[in-house]
Amino acid sequence: MGGGSAQLFRVAKRDGARVTLTLDGETIDATAGDSVLAALLSHGSVLRRLEFGGEPRAGFCLMGACQDCWVWSDAGGRIRACTTPVANGMRLFTEAQVQTLG
Amino acid sequence: MAEIVIVGAGPAGIAAAEVLVARGQRVILLDETMQAGGQGYRRPSPGLAIDMPRLMGSEAGKYARLHARFERLRPQLDYRPGTLVWAMDGDRLHVLADGRAGTVRFDMLMLATGAMDRIAPLPGWTLPGVFTLGGAQVVLKDQGCLIGRRVAFLGSSPLLTLAAKQYRAMGGEVVVIADTTPLAAKIAASPALLRAPRTLLRGLAYTAQAMLAGTPLLNGVTPVAVAGDERVEALVLRDASGRERRFACDAVALGYGLKPETQLADLAGAEFAYDSDFRLFLPKADAFGRVRRGLYLAGDGARIGGADAAEASGALAAHAVLADLGLQQEIAAIRPLARRVQRLRGFQRGLARAFAWPSRQIGELPDETVLCRCERVTVGEVRGAMTKGLGPVEVNRVKAMTRCGMGRCQGRVCGPALQEVVAAAAGHDVAKGGRLRGQAPVKPIALAAAEETP
Repeated sequence: MGGGSAQLFRVAKRDGARVTLTLDGETIDATAGDSVLAALLSHGSVLRRLEFGGEPRAGFCLMGACQDCWVWSDAGGRIRACTTPVANGMRLFTEAQVQTLG
Repeated sequence: MAEIVIVGAGPAGIAAAEVLVARGQRVILLDETMQAGGQGYRRPSPGLAIDMPRLMGSEAGKYARLHARFERLRPQLDYRPGTLVWAMDGDRLHVLADGRAGTVRFDMLMLATGAMDRIAPLPGWTLPGVFTLGGAQVVLKDQGCLIGRRVAFLGSSPLLTLAAKQYRAMGGEVVVIADTTPLAAKIAASPALLRAPRTLLRGLAYTAQAMLAGTPLLNGVTPVAVAGDERVEALVLRDASGRERRFACDAVALGYGLKPETQLADLAGAEFAYDSDFRLFLPKADAFGRVRRGLYLAGDGARIGGADAAEASGALAAHAVLADLGLQQEIAAIRPLARRVQRLRGFQRGLARAFAWPSRQIGELPDETVLCRCERVTVGEVRGAMTKGLGPVEVNRVKAMTRCGMGRCQGRVCGPALQEVVAAAAGHDVAKGGRLRGQAPVKPIALAAAEETP
């Protein structure tokens, strides 16, 4: 889950279309122009769980270099949250959505 | 006409394109981000109402001028924002734009790939809420967000006080500015800094403002840990007198100066040499930024020099391109540019000496400290690998055995610290441990995206 209260502190308003996305099924409201990272960390403090041990991560460099902020999408792919703009209907996850057989 | 491709639309890439376009050349300008200006002069994303003049302070004029120049230039360029260059072979760049792969052919290639923060790890630095210092500024300009409400600034850099000033101006609380370099060491290095008095005075002004705002400003600290369960709760450090101090906060910005993004230069075959001031392996180029005919480096991606040096070095490298194409040169325009680049980079070299990279502290990090955040490799695991029989003493061997530096960031974040841990454990100089080699893809891409439509 998103992990408690917001990590980021918004200090500037944005004009734009309202956008809704989800993280682990929880609805998050955002504005067109927000990065996925800004949208998610304005609501919680976790973007993903590390594959090695499950510790929480929330990005680091914020400029597309460190690759720490990739979140899982419902298509099984990954999105680099700091450089990807939000889109309406995005369904994102903090952990890989492994397909189960049967 | 020659195909001229510039990678990076920051001050260096823009200035280079300007010179080339003015001489009637066709230029393809590729940039990974959607907004031109690089990281320092990053423009707000669409619809964001943020007071950029206030945020940019004394640099507001330069910021506005660069963007105005770019807007004039833009119709005369083949500008491709949102384009990642992920590999290179021969005269082709492999690119990814909007999820689609392709190639871009070039005769002349200029890499103006910029820089990122150099990072010294400390226990707890992978907790949510710890970000790079540059990132703390980028997310403010690009997204109008502070990394937290109560922010600690840690590292060794004049940019700590600058970022703290921006955070205070935008309504954030700065709980501490903590620099690992002792004050005496900075003063001893100050003659080198007199070469750019305006920048030096600006730095002193930020420091004075921080003191007036009542922010604790500590020099010569030893970082102990970022404390917290699932997220940042405090920064713990020892001050210059050895006393342990705890600063409650919800975010930490980390920055130990900047480090060039050299992965593409590496793939292009540039030679690297160890630079003892920056304690980094850096690509070799002549005074114009020429690696060889057809390959040029400009801006912070070549040598850290700051935005002004980046602009001048971009223009200078563009003149080298023109000269190599056999086009006549205006020598009168080139000499001042070369002097300017040399002076400004000299100043940054002075800063790198004054705000020292804490190599000794890194060599002494506790074993449990995570060194490689991608693969979660600890300092102890690296030391352990090195004590085995035939243990590696070269960083690429250490990488192969421990996976430190093998993760998705390609060693961008852990590389400089890995060098120090290896050197300290082996008891030799950093220069002897070698450098992490770059490999394609320089940033992760989906395997499906690598299938190109020619």
